[in-house]
Amino acid sequence: MHEWALAEAIISSVIKVVEKEGLIEVKEVRIKVGELQQVDIDILEFALSELKTDKLKNARFVIETVKAELRCRACGHLWNFSQNKLDNGLKESVHFVPETIHAYIRCPKCGSPDFEILEGRGVLLESVKGVK
Amino acid sequence: MRALKESNSPVDPRVNVIDKRLENVKRIVAVSSGKGGVGKSLIASTLALSLVKKGFTVGLFDADFTSPSIHRILGVKKLEIKEERGILPMQIHGLKYVSIVAFSGQKALPLRGVDVSNVLIELFSATLWGSLDYLVIDMPPGIGDATLDIIRLVKRIEFLIVCTPSLLAFETVEKLLTLLRELKVPVIGVIENMKMKQVFSIKDKVAGAGFPFLGEVPFDLDVENVLGDVEALFGTAFAKKLDEIVPRIIFSQSA
Repeated sequence: MHEWALAEAIISSVIKVVEKEGLIEVKEVRIKVGELQQVDIDILEFALSELKTDKLKNARFVIETVKAELRCRACGHLWNFSQNKLDNGLKESVHFVPETIHAYIRCPKCGSPDFEILEGRGVLLESVKGVK
Repeated sequence: MRALKESNSPVDPRVNVIDKRLENVKRIVAVSSGKGGVGKSLIASTLALSLVKKGFTVGLFDADFTSPSIHRILGVKKLEIKEERGILPMQIHGLKYVSIVAFSGQKALPLRGVDVSNVLIELFSATLWGSLDYLVIDMPPGIGDATLDIIRLVKRIEFLIVCTPSLLAFETVEKLLTLLRELKVPVIGVIENMKMKQVFSIKDKVAGAGFPFLGEVPFDLDVENVLGDVEALFGTAFAKKLDEIVPRIIFSQSA
C-alpha cells in the first residue's frame, strides 16, 4: 500500500530529527494528513507502528486530518475537495498523485483547471517531541 | 533530561526517503535539453532499451508530466502500475517503467511549477525501483522546476544532453550546460540528434565549451512509422547510430 511508503517517509524524517537534535527517546510525533490524498489512517497507523525504531518505541503518533481546500486562480472561488465526486478509479489516481485532480476536476464556478491546493494535499510531519 | 519540542514549521517527510528509494540504483541519468522537440523522449527510450539489450537492469521514468510521450514509443496499451508498500513500476520490454499516464490517462494534465515539484517528489518517494544498473529519466525541456528539483533531490544525478543542429537549440543547451557546470552537476555529454546537412557545428561548440561530444544521430523519417513497435525501432538508422553511442555513455566519466 502507498500508506507504507508514506509511513516510511515519516519514520525517516523523524529519525533525521532524532539525529539532528540528539534525542534519546521520542515521546510524540504529530502528523497532518491531507484529505486530498485519501490516506487510510488505520493502515498508516499500523505501518508506523511496524516501522518504529528503538528510539520511537514509546512514541505516540497523533494524526490530524486536514480538509482539502482549493482556490481557483482564474476567478478566486474557494471550495472544498469533498464537494467533488470522483469514482473509485479516479480516487485511486488522486491517492497516488494528488496533483492528478487537475486532469479530473474543474473550478465549480468558472470551469478552470487552474486552481491551487491551499491545504490538505498530503502528509506533513508537524512536530516531534522527545527527550534529550 | 528535558522535554524538547521541535519547531512548528511542518516538514515534508517525502523528501527524506528519496535517497533510500534510489540506494540500489547504480547510475541515474537525466536526458535533458534546453528546448522541446529535440528528441529527448526517443533518445531516453532507445537508450534504456539499448541498455536492456546489453544485459543491464534498467528503469525508465517519464518525468515530463504535462507532455508525457514514452508510452507511445514503447507501445504501452494500458499503463498499469501496481502497489505493494509503494508504487511498483510496470515491467515492459525488459525494463521497469513509470509514467504519470498511469494516473492521468489520456487526459490533459495542466500543472503549475509547484504541482510539478509535488508530482516529482511523490513519485520519487513512493516508487520502488529496486536494484537497477541505470535509471533513465526523460526530463521536460528547459531549466525550470523539474530540472531544479531533480538536481536538488537526486544527489547522484548525471545529465545527458540532447541538441539538434540548430543555433536555436544550442543557444538553450549552452545555458543548460552553464547552469549544470555552475551547480557542479555531472554531465555525461551532448548528443546531436536529427543531424542533417552540416550548417552549424554542434561538435565544435560543445568541445569549445569543454563538454564531451558523444556523437551524431541522423534525422530519420522512418522513426515516426515505427512508434510503438520497439523491435522495428531497433531496425532504424536512428537506433543503430544511437546504439554506437551507448558504450560512450556506459564508460563515461562525467565532466
